Amino acid sequence: MNEHIETDVVIVGAGPVGLFAVFELGLLDLRAHVIDILDRPGGQCAELYPEKPIYDIPGIPEVTGQQLTDNLLHQIAPFDPQFHFSQMVTALEKQEDGRFRVETDAGQIFIAKVVVIAAGGGSFQPKRPPVPGIEDYEGGSVFYAVRRMEDFRDRNVVIVGGGDSALDWTLNLETVAKSVTLVHRRADFRAAPHSVEKMWALEKEGRVRFRLGQVSGLEGLEGGLSAVMLKTGDGEERIDADRLLPFFGLTMKLGPVANWGLNLNENLITVDTAKFETSEPGIFAIGDINTYPGKLKLILSGFHEAALMAQAAKRIVSPGERIIFQYTTSSTSLQKKLKAA
Amino acid sequence: MQIHVTDRHGKRHTLEALEGFRVMEIIRDWDLDIKAECGGACACGTCHVYVAPEWAEKLRGPLDEETEQLDMTFDVEANSRLSCQIIMTAELDGLEVTLAPGTEKERAAA
Repeated sequence: MNEHIETDVVIVGAGPVGLFAVFELGLLDLRAHVIDILDRPGGQCAELYPEKPIYDIPGIPEVTGQQLTDNLLHQIAPFDPQFHFSQMVTALEKQEDGRFRVETDAGQIFIAKVVVIAAGGGSFQPKRPPVPGIEDYEGGSVFYAVRRMEDFRDRNVVIVGGGDSALDWTLNLETVAKSVTLVHRRADFRAAPHSVEKMWALEKEGRVRFRLGQVSGLEGLEGGLSAVMLKTGDGEERIDADRLLPFFGLTMKLGPVANWGLNLNENLITVDTAKFETSEPGIFAIGDINTYPGKLKLILSGFHEAALMAQAAKRIVSPGERIIFQYTTSSTSLQKKLKAA
Repeated sequence: MQIHVTDRHGKRHTLEALEGFRVMEIIRDWDLDIKAECGGACACGTCHVYVAPEWAEKLRGPLDEETEQLDMTFDVEANSRLSCQIIMTAELDGLEVTLAPGTEKERAAA
């Protein structure tokens, strides 16, 4: 469906280290496409702790995850990185010509001379309730997001969670579903107060039901859900349901990285400490996803790794070309690239 | 100063603890299996523990952000806490906790 994209470098992961890799590669005239499963840049900084101050970025006494992300985007803007969000890299293979073929779950294919895995803890995926057999219902009866409201028309819907997604969809789906039951472990919610008020008002009118509890089991046949079992304070309750929407946020899974034939150690990619190259020449791993003796999972370690990786990547992309080491403070050619001169 | 931690296999470990450290950090630094994927930012729920009843009272109650994070965690009980939000003090010498389901590190498929 899509045209193949040919590029010097594909970076897997748009967290702080993946973003800074764009900068280090850019100084060496290497162009990068960046792929991330999230719908925006920042990785863990944006998804897990956008508001939390970080105190150990050199030269920046205090910065939040979101500010750091914004600063990095500003810093790499001169290199015009091409982002591909909401896509997960599913396959990575070496071609006969020595280049790599990278494919995403959106069907996009990249052909790159170098691949940089900066995937942190892996890919963010919805937290799946630990209910036996839930996988069999996913995509048919169990959803972690609402794509089409029509999928819920005239259905008995159970929504689990206490945040904005759970409350917003309780309010929205009430208008089309046959029934909506909201389940949460307590009667307080972290969702926006006006949504919570609205939900209670609908509950009073009998238009939505609320249950205190946690999902403990599912009943159904061949992927078709018929009931959700709840563990409540008083015991178990069975609710007729053919749709379940659990909203528990995201967690990180290593995902397809494990299938790319790279040497791993406890789910981390082993690299050398001169180039941060994996067991497959031309594929590098930087940031939290790599391991080597003495590794510290710090953003600043990832920045250092990005700089050394870029030198090695340049040698692959432009073999034989002499690399002149330059400083951004003194090199007019680097300053031109940064549009500062 | 010590804490007692029962792992996901039911084995009880007695760990030397240091004042001022987070219980999650103590468990992690003694190499017990704990995912603690956000590193102590109260942002993931993968350091979830059950606190022994006799100790529950002695802990400073959870802040809103911990309670809200527990809302996004599974198998939550009345004595659930996030171990990254429990800071070791002399009063907690002997603390007894059990790692909850969902705290195991991901294992690569063989």
